[in-house]
Amino acid sequence: MKKLIKNGKIYLDGKFENKDILINDEKIEQIGSDIQNDNFEVIDAKGNFVLPGFVDLHSHLRDPGQTNKEDIVSGTKAAAKGGFTTICAMPNTEPIVDNVATVEYIKRKAKDLGYSKVEVIGALTKKSEGKEISEIASMIEYGIVAVSDDGHCVQNAKIKLNAMKYASSFDIPVIVHPEEYNLAGSGQINAGKYSTKLGLGGIPGLAEEIIIARDIMLAESSKCRLHIAHVSTAKAIDLIREAKKKGVSVTCEVTPHHLLLTEDLCENFDTNTKVKPPLRTEKDRKACIAGLIDGTIDFIATDHAPHADYEKEREFVLAPFGINGFESAFASLYSELVLTGNISLELLIEKMSTAPAKFIKKNIGEIKEGRVADLTIVNLDDTICLTSGNMLSKSKNTPYLNKTLKGKVIQTFCNGRETWKA
Amino acid sequence: MKNTNNFVGRNLYDLADFSKEEIISILKTTQAMKEINLRDYKKLPTLRGKTVCTLFFENSTRTKMSFELAANRLSADVVSFSASTSSLTKGESLQDTVYTLNAMGIDLYIIRHSCPGTPQLVNKYSGKPVLNAGDGRHAHPTQALLDIFSIWEKRGTLEGLKIAIVGDIAHSRVVRSNLIGMKKLGASVTVCAPKTLMPSKMEEVYGCTVDYDLKSALKDADVIMGLRMQLERQSEGLFPSLEEYTKRYVLSKETIKFAKKDALIMHPGPMNRGIEILPEIADSNQSIIIEQVANGVAVRMALIYLTLGGKI
Repeated sequence: MKKLIKNGKIYLDGKFENKDILINDEKIEQIGSDIQNDNFEVIDAKGNFVLPGFVDLHSHLRDPGQTNKEDIVSGTKAAAKGGFTTICAMPNTEPIVDNVATVEYIKRKAKDLGYSKVEVIGALTKKSEGKEISEIASMIEYGIVAVSDDGHCVQNAKIKLNAMKYASSFDIPVIVHPEEYNLAGSGQINAGKYSTKLGLGGIPGLAEEIIIARDIMLAESSKCRLHIAHVSTAKAIDLIREAKKKGVSVTCEVTPHHLLLTEDLCENFDTNTKVKPPLRTEKDRKACIAGLIDGTIDFIATDHAPHADYEKEREFVLAPFGINGFESAFASLYSELVLTGNISLELLIEKMSTAPAKFIKKNIGEIKEGRVADLTIVNLDDTICLTSGNMLSKSKNTPYLNKTLKGKVIQTFCNGRETWKA
Repeated sequence: MKNTNNFVGRNLYDLADFSKEEIISILKTTQAMKEINLRDYKKLPTLRGKTVCTLFFENSTRTKMSFELAANRLSADVVSFSASTSSLTKGESLQDTVYTLNAMGIDLYIIRHSCPGTPQLVNKYSGKPVLNAGDGRHAHPTQALLDIFSIWEKRGTLEGLKIAIVGDIAHSRVVRSNLIGMKKLGASVTVCAPKTLMPSKMEEVYGCTVDYDLKSALKDADVIMGLRMQLERQSEGLFPSLEEYTKRYVLSKETIKFAKKDALIMHPGPMNRGIEILPEIADSNQSIIIEQVANGVAVRMALIYLTLGGKI
């Protein structure tokens, strides 16, 4: 049966219009004013906003190998609840996604059992060890959208240069998790006021910036499409802004938590504030917002990094890095960036849907006739409150646990199929 | 008589948890405990029937002994749990360990752990008061209290005193807790080390003075505290050699002459004689290093007494 979304405010070509959307099977058949009901299933979206489904370039689904934290089913369910219709899975699973069999496993499982589309990011080097280039061209044949050693960072500049050259032969972007290991050391939080105060090892911004500077130079030399994951410092954003001005092929993303949260949250040793790169200073946070507005930062990505309760519930130093992202992303950004007047709702949608969709070169991220029906219906006045009882992710490691946020995802459609309903 | 003790059941994570008045109240109780320690019969019956558990995840002989002696002198029962930090990453979780111990009926936990913030977890899992006996580089409040008591006892106040702390500031929990407490009591503190052993933003966080030069740091000081310099910092690339460190930063007759004539000399121990402090200073009349150790037992008695509901 065709579905008719009536009376919603639809995000079309960068602005909101009161239109109806007719979905036929997987696709948007028609967008029009007052489409008459012809025995369709009607979804009344009165008072709600209809947005292009969110796209997340950076997530960890932990499947295969770490399904105590998350798996493809729970991860995509959580994604759908957060309004995401396409998510990209980072390759640091067990085994690492450095071969076609694992790519195929993830894609097939997501297709058969998933609640959102899953695109796969392959490993840049075998086992992400930073030594030998992985079989990038073969994985491209199986549909990977980018390569990355995320979670790890190739330290050897020569190997990185060769890997970037190789990847650029096939025009696939290389995503870098920028971290110079010696400078980061065994750091736990941002190096500065709070690492001094809490006696925790510091991770200086320099550890991130020095790799970004290096990789920008390598991208210039190799002509590779370089994408920088989760930028977190003012200086890092300056480096990328300058490189873009010079015409280097570089893009970058920022996480919701680096846009919204700062290092002072670590003061009570809450392991749900332990993340890499670490939460930084207010100055850095403001630079992230400015970078998002001026276009230096291309889009928002969650870095959804689930860890089981019993892994996070322990000594701060011994707990793993990473926080849960899908279910809080939109509401936290809407509440704390849009409602506070920092950015417009339109910009938020661009950065959560349109821009990341363009990056992976898929025909999604915009509401248009003929496109697949990837739609997220939100009620901006309604609230959410994530609890360990209502989260769909297997893990509950979010700093937003038990906090009330505005901007509720009411319903999500992925390829025309309802994947979430509040 | 009405009990005015408002320390009952409270945690001591760091000195930030207590006001100036509360710290002075602890110092006064310490004074009373110290007198008991000087008696022939060093025991109070006060805490009969209470059980104190020392949880040590880091090697420590002195602090552990000091706490256990303190609890024994108050007639509390003491049980000890010791494990290395490495066993934590492999063996039972802290949560399960505390659940297990708690089931045995513990009234007060004393914890030392290499990870900052762990005392808070012990309280979270046990619901019982916790005294921090040192958590990583973060805090060592009982050491700071004994240091402060040692100065207070000699000088009557910390108000207006100039205190210089010299050595590996970066890795020292003693310094961090002392800075909070000394500042609260009105002292001005200068910390001195080469930049590689000095954490960033010290002035902003603690309101102290940072000096990389020993002589100017010691100028007109009322109190000088040396810190242990560990050889492993050399292999970490933080300084070139103990010999060069000593040349620049050792407390000697030569260097302490920039301080006030009667400046107190302190050290939290264990000392590296000949590296951060010369014997001529450690054993001098100005040195109160051994008294610090004695005061440590008294401070810990005071804290255990107050936390478990002793009358004041």
